[in-house]
Amino acid sequence: MSATREVYLDNASATPLDPRVFEAMLPYFQESFGNPVSFGDRGNKASDAIEEARAQVGSLINAPEREITFTSCGTESNNLAIKGLAAARRGKGKHIIISSIEHFSVLHPAHTLERLGFEITYLPVDEYGFVDPDQVKQNIRADTTLVSVMYANNEVGTIEPIKEIAAAVKGSGAVFHTDAVAAAGVMPIDVQELGIDCLSLASSQFYGPTGAGALWLRKGIQVMPLLEGGVQESDRRSGTHNVPGIVGLGKAAELAKQEMPARSKHISALRDKLMAGLKEKVEHIALTGHPAKRLPGSVSLCVNFIEGEAMLAFLENVGVAAASGSACTSKMLKSSHVLNAMGYPPEIAQGSLLFTIGVRNTEEDIKYVLEALPPIVARLRQISPLYDKFLKSRKEGK
Amino acid sequence: MAAYSEKVMEHFMNPRNVGEIENADGIGEEGNPVCGDMMTFYIKVDKNERLSDVKFKTFGCGAAIAVSSMVSEMAKGKTVAEAKKITPDSVAKELGGLPKQKMHCSNLGAQALNKAIADYEARKRGEVPAHEQKSVTVDDEAEAAAGCSCPSCNHGGEEEGAPYCKPCQVVLRTCPNCKKIITQDAKTCPDCGAKL
Repeated sequence: MSATREVYLDNASATPLDPRVFEAMLPYFQESFGNPVSFGDRGNKASDAIEEARAQVGSLINAPEREITFTSCGTESNNLAIKGLAAARRGKGKHIIISSIEHFSVLHPAHTLERLGFEITYLPVDEYGFVDPDQVKQNIRADTTLVSVMYANNEVGTIEPIKEIAAAVKGSGAVFHTDAVAAAGVMPIDVQELGIDCLSLASSQFYGPTGAGALWLRKGIQVMPLLEGGVQESDRRSGTHNVPGIVGLGKAAELAKQEMPARSKHISALRDKLMAGLKEKVEHIALTGHPAKRLPGSVSLCVNFIEGEAMLAFLENVGVAAASGSACTSKMLKSSHVLNAMGYPPEIAQGSLLFTIGVRNTEEDIKYVLEALPPIVARLRQISPLYDKFLKSRKEGK
Repeated sequence: MAAYSEKVMEHFMNPRNVGEIENADGIGEEGNPVCGDMMTFYIKVDKNERLSDVKFKTFGCGAAIAVSSMVSEMAKGKTVAEAKKITPDSVAKELGGLPKQKMHCSNLGAQALNKAIADYEARKRGEVPAHEQKSVTVDDEAEAAAGCSCPSCNHGGEEEGAPYCKPCQVVLRTCPNCKKIITQDAKTCPDCGAKL
């Protein structure tokens, strides 16, 4: 099969920029290039644009705009939340609770804090990737200052019971942060209704530009800045604003809010078709994450006996872009910590494959992938000694 | 994703000599599915000590498959003595280079071939071939990994107490507190949090 179509199913890595967002950003590269904090008309124009974006982002998650801090990406938002909250609240205690399936931009700052003398509790997850709110409650101590559990997992798509976890944290004196980078702009989030304190989001997950993110922090909660030396973002995040990026984030947030029901309907219908088709057409696979409580565009699976990167390379050859959590794909040469925490043995996790559907995908795309994947799997299994062993052991009736 | 040379891609897309040899004169297995790559080489040796046939099966990434294919091509027709001289470096060179992070994890073909040759030589001397003493199954490996694994590449099992992980060649040591295997340069034990 040769590439007769370009199918982008890696929207979790980055979504394509919405042309309307691009239009909104354009004037801020050349015409209105002013620094928002400088005196005069140019600065005022840029400053107004940033404040409009702040209102748009606030509206997306039902938060007052003044509680939104702009950052450079989701990773920065998570770093600011974890390191910044831990440092600012160290007087209360040095115990932090996070889940074991967090993104590295939460996990690695937690490791750093561990080296600095903080104590971290890593909560286990069940086979779907769910964190148990009761376990959160049981692990909270008098010196617990911060609990962080992601809104939805970027690798397996499972949506966590955030409202219940927030309720478990409430009243303990700890702050509850959620990394909503994979979910914000994709599904409705109301921070007031959830009862949380702090949330990370990034525009590249909902058709905005890369290089723009935000951290929402409930009024009255102190955070130590990572970047200092300016006056921007109420001293929570210094550094000259990325005005076009922030404008793009704001516009993308506005569009996401308006169009969310339609997008979600379209994307989740394709997701369900792809999941059903994979189950039907490829033997010996395990769909990972919760079958229903999952991100609308996320299809994740492990294909037995073969390795993820090899599948990606063959898929790319026929025009399909996807992702994998296999060791060979990651720069760290370690298989997915998420699948590991969910109880998948490493050799199964090596066969991980992740398709993330976006607004531009069509039914034709899904059909194409369902045609393209089975021969790739068959071909790699033909080379695989593990498949041989499996067939032999089945023959022997083991 | 790793950027592969044209030659690597060509061998990956069209691997040569895939398969098994029935009644092989030597079989060599290297790597571990837990680590990400595993290769089995089969050789047939003629009366002139030449590798008349070489076949392989590989579980792994694009690089691992291309390496296996290249090793099989390089070894076929060579004498046993010549084939022994195939090294990971010479394989990488023939392939027009491999991405740096793939050099240790995926470049196991030469070792697997050498194990097959060692197996052939052991049989010739009348010793019991190594691969018949131990039948490796996926379940065994998963079990071994649960007990002991390389923290750098997840490789599990038989290297307990070894100063380094063979497949990924990261230098290892034991955490003095919890006795789990950790990397040499770790400042905090990732398992028990002990300061080192």
